[in-house]
Amino acid sequence: MRILVCIKRVPAPGARIVVEPDGQTIDTANLGFTISPHEECAVEAAVQLVEQHGGNVTVMTLGPEGAEEQLRHAVSVGATDAILIPAGERDWDPQATARALTDAIGDAESDGAFDLILFGNESADSGGYQVGVRVSRALGRPMVNGIKGIEIGKGVVTLRRETDGGSELYELPLPAVVGVKEGITLPRYPTLRGRLASKKADVRTFEAGEQPGGQSMVALANPPEQVKQTVMLTDAAAAVDVMEELGLL
Amino acid sequence: MSDLPGGANVVVIGAGIVGNGLVWHLAELGWKDIVQIDKGPLPNPGGSTGHASNFIFPVDHNKEMAALTLDSQAQYEEMGVQVTPGGIEVARTPARLEELARRMTSAKSWGIDSRLVSPAEVSELVPFLDDSVILGGWYTPSVSVVDSLQAGTIMRERAQAKEALTVASNTEVLDVEVAADRVVAVVTDKGRIETDHVVVACGVWSPRIAHMAGVTIPLVPAVHQMIDVGPLPELQATGNEIGFPIVRDMDTFMYERQTAGSMEVGSYAHRPIFHRPDDIPSLDESLLSPTELPLTMDDFDPQLADAIELMPFLGEAEMRYGINGLLSLTPDAMPLLGETEVRGLWSAAAVWIKEGPGIAKMIAEWMTDGYPEIDPHSSDIARFYPYQRTDKHVRDRCSEHFNKTYGIVHPREQWETSRLARVGPFYPRSVELGAVFFEAGGWERPHWYEANAHLVEKYGVEDRPHEWDARWWSPIQNAEHLAMRDGVGMVDVTAFAIFDFTGPGVVDYIDTMAVNQCDVAVGRAVYTPLLTHDGGFKSDLTIMRLGRHHYRVVTGGFDGGRDSHWFKINLPDDGSVHMEDKTSAITTVGVWGPNARDLVSRVTEDDIGHEAFPYGTVKFVTIGEIPAMMFRISYVGDLGWEIYTDMEHGLKLWDTLWEAGQDLGVTAVGAGVYGTTGRLEKGYRLMGAELESEYTPVEAGLARPKVKSADFIGKAAYLAARASEPEAIMCTLTMEDHTSAAGIKRFPTGGNEPILTLDGERIVDSQGRVSRVTSAGAGPSVGKFLLLGYLPPSHAVEGTELQIMYMNELYPVKVAVAGSTPLFDPQDSRMKQ
Repeated sequence: MRILVCIKRVPAPGARIVVEPDGQTIDTANLGFTISPHEECAVEAAVQLVEQHGGNVTVMTLGPEGAEEQLRHAVSVGATDAILIPAGERDWDPQATARALTDAIGDAESDGAFDLILFGNESADSGGYQVGVRVSRALGRPMVNGIKGIEIGKGVVTLRRETDGGSELYELPLPAVVGVKEGITLPRYPTLRGRLASKKADVRTFEAGEQPGGQSMVALANPPEQVKQTVMLTDAAAAVDVMEELGLL
Repeated sequence: MSDLPGGANVVVIGAGIVGNGLVWHLAELGWKDIVQIDKGPLPNPGGSTGHASNFIFPVDHNKEMAALTLDSQAQYEEMGVQVTPGGIEVARTPARLEELARRMTSAKSWGIDSRLVSPAEVSELVPFLDDSVILGGWYTPSVSVVDSLQAGTIMRERAQAKEALTVASNTEVLDVEVAADRVVAVVTDKGRIETDHVVVACGVWSPRIAHMAGVTIPLVPAVHQMIDVGPLPELQATGNEIGFPIVRDMDTFMYERQTAGSMEVGSYAHRPIFHRPDDIPSLDESLLSPTELPLTMDDFDPQLADAIELMPFLGEAEMRYGINGLLSLTPDAMPLLGETEVRGLWSAAAVWIKEGPGIAKMIAEWMTDGYPEIDPHSSDIARFYPYQRTDKHVRDRCSEHFNKTYGIVHPREQWETSRLARVGPFYPRSVELGAVFFEAGGWERPHWYEANAHLVEKYGVEDRPHEWDARWWSPIQNAEHLAMRDGVGMVDVTAFAIFDFTGPGVVDYIDTMAVNQCDVAVGRAVYTPLLTHDGGFKSDLTIMRLGRHHYRVVTGGFDGGRDSHWFKINLPDDGSVHMEDKTSAITTVGVWGPNARDLVSRVTEDDIGHEAFPYGTVKFVTIGEIPAMMFRISYVGDLGWEIYTDMEHGLKLWDTLWEAGQDLGVTAVGAGVYGTTGRLEKGYRLMGAELESEYTPVEAGLARPKVKSADFIGKAAYLAARASEPEAIMCTLTMEDHTSAAGIKRFPTGGNEPILTLDGERIVDSQGRVSRVTSAGAGPSVGKFLLLGYLPPSHAVEGTELQIMYMNELYPVKVAVAGSTPLFDPQDSRMKQ
């Protein structure tokens, strides 16, 4: 089977992001970049499906030249080939991104459709929740988001989404689009040989003209800092006082 | 609320391995009211210590670093934070095999057990290594791994247990206040601390902190990449942190070190990647820590194949972690230690885990006693001249040597970058004569002149058959030597550092600094040691009395920075002595050889005859049209003078002398003669080689018959040394047979080769100092290859037969001179006629 995973290069989470004074960009001097965590899981899920059912996994991204690093990372953990849609250093809005991806998918499907197209549930940086849905709509294929389980059947895919009370199962005809959520599986690390192989992989480029959508960025701002206050309690009596204050006793 | 005290005896900035070691050793030496500050949290504030690989290969070609590393291992062992899995350096090339033989030699010098091993033995020690890709290895059982963070905690707690230390973590230094060139306070975000002593032990941030006090610490934060690969069942099976020896894959500039169930693979093979101290991210801007930056994998990729080739099982293992770890690099790859130009502000920077506690102890001794037990001259921060502290110089030099971290570096190797920074007036003539320039304190100094190549045949000088021995050497040097002895040579000694001292207090001041009597008649000059407070060598130099209240000090280009600092910090506070650095104002040419007087007398009206111009005196003369100062002295053992003039007259002076000497056989003579062959034939000692703070003038054979009545630095120790028998004596040895096992004539480079008994045993004096070659080189006029080295009195007997080890082979040597009597012209009649 043929699986496409759409990924996005995002700053590695964990460190405080420094917004440049102009409010338009972030300081990337000491930042590492990674694949959005949901998408990292999507790549792993796709690789496992191919290991189980045969076939190949294509990864695709729209982003700056540096995003080739993320494509190669995906190859190093089992993806077969990679497509980069160059988009410069600026983030495209979800509509423009979805249009470009749709065009690129059309091009990549000239010799046959992907059975599955996997997206992350949302990107780790802008968190728009839109691109996958827009692409599935444009392609006229069914899509379910928030998926933590994928099973391939004959001509269908069964998807599991966790809810507060249990889980929901969906059966979609193939070809289909899936929004994968972190936790579906544990992504593997690249092996040294995998990494070496990824260096040799051919990363194809698809040029897509930007057709701006209806969303534009005004400014970036850091959320208010969460101040954590730690009080060291030196004895049990102090702990009792605090609990009484909090109404716990 | 701040618990910071308002005052302290000493503020140590930094809680990495050095800062932590320092607070302990200061407390051990009796310091109280120590305050230690770090911007980060404890026990890992986020500096280089926190991500260090923590392994220690104890053998180093450099004596100071080897001593500090061995001391550090002893300290880690005492703290119970060291394990000893052993370590192997493997060779993939024949050149590396030779380097391993050289390392064996250094191991012998420092008394470290190690052995060369075959590929099969390597794979026996490290079964997952493919021995078909290596030619051999060098195994050191005492290679260790330490827990540097735990060591830090232990050392802090020991200082706290002595009630000597207040620790302030999460405290940022905002300013280091200086008044009248002295440090007075450290300002932090939690308060101001008044203090007379501040130690900058901030690793990669050291330049930033020192800059607050107006001081430059020449250091660049540089990336060292490492990745963690695993899990690997072979390693998991050991059940411990490290069960297999550490492997250094020297030819690929990489290492493989077990960390529990995985393998840490580190590299010094990637491009130099430098940062700036001000741009290092803060703790909260860092994914891991400020000094564990995101791995730039493209830089590591080329090394992956090498790693897999050596250890195939790494290929299928996963890369779980990788960093661009920051560490400190300096222009000459040595640490930056000692008091800076601001009094009371100390640098303890550019220190790695392997030497951290040893350096901490060294600096604590230095701060307490005025000088440490281990000679620190090669890491003294004062060694750098101003241009060597510029950002460009630091980065250029660090770029050049980063990939030599595991490289094969020849003892005479010359830098390629940052050249032509100090050029004297004779330079154009030197270029015309095909000079091969070596760097001396930044100066471009001719080492030999290709224009003299014809002299090689004339004097029948043999080449050296082994490339290593011939590297950065030429037979022309020996030919120039012989030509000088036959006629007259001109030597560019512009690299001298020159300081003038004037003022009403100058006589007392100079007498306080120097061992030998300097209250001499105007026009006399004195060669004298300067001592540390413990009576070891701080320097040796020449002091000329040019006026009633005017002295001129001339010292070596390699020593000028340190000597300048030593003179400055000992200047009287009352302003009665003025010091002026004249190095850039004055140039010097040496004219030596039996025809020297004939030559100079042709271009001066002044009387330069033996009676009118005795040895050891100075005269102001006119040479041609150039005002000059002549100093009758010789470092090469022949009649002649150092001739000084203003820098702008230099070229004219050279041309005048050169022209006058044409029919006298004048030869341009390089520093290969001045610094090695001429010097060694005369047994003259060199600062930093024979002369170190660990030896006394008595042992060096430089004690004069009488001691002056005036007090001087180190006098008490000097008197004590004179009152007892020396425990070592500087000797000149001759090499009796150069033939190696392969039948090739070998010529030692003089890089600390051990001097051994005929049984092959190391020779160690009663103070634990090992006998080793301090200098080596040809003695063309005596027809022998000469070596200098200290021997205990039992061996320092002329005619005693011994051996030296060179490249792991033994060669017979003989003690030719015990003491300072020159081998060539023992009566000094050539110089003093």
